Amino acid sequence: MRDATHHPAPPGLIRRWLSRPGPAPEPAKRVQFDQPLLPWLFLAPQLAVIFVFFYWPSVQAITSSFYIEDPFGFGSTFVGIDNYKDALGSREYQRIAGFTALFTVLVTAFSLGLGLLFAVKADKVIRGRTSYRTALIAVYAIAPPVAGLMGMMLFDQHIGPFVRLAAWFGYDMKVGINYWDTAFAMILVSVWKQVPYNFIFFLSGLQSIPASVREASVIDCRNGFTRFRTAILPLLAPTAFFLLIINITYALFDTFAVIDVMVKDKPANNPMTLVYKVYNDGFRGNDIGGSAAQSVILMVIVLVLTLIQFRWLERRVHYG
Amino acid sequence: MASITITDVSKTYPGAKAPSVSGISLAIRDGELIVLVGPSGCGKSTLLRMVAGLEDISGGEVKIGDRVVNRIDPADRDIAMVFQNYALYPHMTVRENMAYGLKNRRTPGPEIEARVTEAARMLELGPYLDRKPRALSGGQRQRVAMGRAVVRQPSAFLFDEPLSNLDAKLRVTMRGEIRRLQKRLGTTSLYVTHDQLEAMTLADRLVVLNEGRIEQVGAPLDIYLRPASTFVASFIGAPAMNLLDAELDGARLRLGTSVIELGQLPGAKGAVTLGIRAEDLVPSATGLPFRTDFIEELGAQRLVHGHIDGQPLVLTLDPAMQIDSEMRLSVAAAKLHLFETSTGKRIATAARSGLAVPQPA
Repeated sequence: MRDATHHPAPPGLIRRWLSRPGPAPEPAKRVQFDQPLLPWLFLAPQLAVIFVFFYWPSVQAITSSFYIEDPFGFGSTFVGIDNYKDALGSREYQRIAGFTALFTVLVTAFSLGLGLLFAVKADKVIRGRTSYRTALIAVYAIAPPVAGLMGMMLFDQHIGPFVRLAAWFGYDMKVGINYWDTAFAMILVSVWKQVPYNFIFFLSGLQSIPASVREASVIDCRNGFTRFRTAILPLLAPTAFFLLIINITYALFDTFAVIDVMVKDKPANNPMTLVYKVYNDGFRGNDIGGSAAQSVILMVIVLVLTLIQFRWLERRVHYG
Repeated sequence: MASITITDVSKTYPGAKAPSVSGISLAIRDGELIVLVGPSGCGKSTLLRMVAGLEDISGGEVKIGDRVVNRIDPADRDIAMVFQNYALYPHMTVRENMAYGLKNRRTPGPEIEARVTEAARMLELGPYLDRKPRALSGGQRQRVAMGRAVVRQPSAFLFDEPLSNLDAKLRVTMRGEIRRLQKRLGTTSLYVTHDQLEAMTLADRLVVLNEGRIEQVGAPLDIYLRPASTFVASFIGAPAMNLLDAELDGARLRLGTSVIELGQLPGAKGAVTLGIRAEDLVPSATGLPFRTDFIEELGAQRLVHGHIDGQPLVLTLDPAMQIDSEMRLSVAAAKLHLFETSTGKRIATAARSGLAVPQPA
């Protein structure tokens, strides 16, 4: 995204969003081509991929969001922005959007926090560090649907250890039936799945901090927590910023499989995120137009979030 | 201001067979600048880091002032350290870098401001106070690292090869600055380097370390003039002292085909190592038969490499002096150093006088 400023003329608004004060980065070495077509030829494969997998579906989604499609595929009717009005006006949509926000905040916060905590601890381990790290990273190798299934098992009504644990405290946990119990399980499994990813990045970030800088801080500051907050954490900021974006995207989109496994065969009143609702309405409810409108809304949300992040957060991040 | 007393300190890393540092005792007086010098792996940095508290002390005791600091946190030892690669906080400005240690010790704001300003003035860092380290040159960064130590006003400064990352010219300048600063503040300092020249020029007293042990402690010139072992003799001084195999027969020293009358009975006999500094050899009519191999020009003087009776030898000569492919060399008797061949230890000899003119056997 740093390179974004090099690209010729993004539309005015976005360019203003992206432009940051400070010295302009060094221009890259320019390559001269004798034939004007040659560079386009080199670009063609990349452009083709982007076009086929990104622009074309996006255009399709935007187009269908203005139509109502016949459930049996016999035709479609132009309805303008009715699909958007329906989606944004519906109480259900608003409720799911609210849950998605809560879900994203919690999953991002917990998986970043735990990943950082584990990384800081693992960084200090000297004996058996390899096995300790492998154990922490292993979870990342589990495919999301499998993780969802394992999560289901952990919260199973009959054999799930979490349900038994809750029962000890006199609580009757009903994942898949009780709205907040399901939400809890969803968040827990999603966090569990993402922690190793954050762990790897934080750990490598920590290890790239020079030993002498840490030692200098040990001499300069006795309190371990203050030391971490003032001398170590700022040096992790680029890693944390990158992970923040990745984690928000993860919580919004990549948790799909986990949610699917948890709510698929369950009664209707279960929490879900916006992206799951897109799927649900489109493929289960056969409301292609409405689902397309929702996905366009989602696209706009992500675009805005990313711009805000780069605009406001990146400026405060120190790149060493 | 404080003295540092190191008593029988040793360090064995977990899993290591031999200790990295063993049985080191050293008394550093208040205000003294002690340089620890030795080849890499001799344990000099480990010793410094034990004083700083960055390494656990396996055995023995380190006292700063009257306080045993073995179990005391580095931040509470009242020391400041200057690192080889500066170890500046990249996200803080020069001012913040210097103020950081004080802020964490709850020094009042105006006091911090005053000390930082004073240090910046002393180190000529004034114009750079609001810059980040990455916008500074190597020499400036090292000055900031020193400033960070100075503002703390600690009992002792610890320097861990602070000039190794600088280019040769800057190193000479900074060496002078460190010396001036240390004299001016009068802060007890422990300075680690592998560069014997840096060690000689900076030290009040020099500690030569080898394989985790002290080889010799003393004023730079004393060590140069009376090295306690062949190790010290070859490590301190450039070019290194010539070490030659010789044989003692009473008061006669047999060196290849030549014999040197020592005129006095040394306390040893049999095979010995003879040490002669390159500048102590002078051409003469008779003496050691020297064959010239090649010459290194240094401007003010020349290094003449060659050999006598198959043993390599270097001498320094004035550039004006004529150099032949075969020369005769003699040396003042007082300038001969004798070492035991087996242990490398110096053989004590009373001061002699006169020119020892080697004769053919």
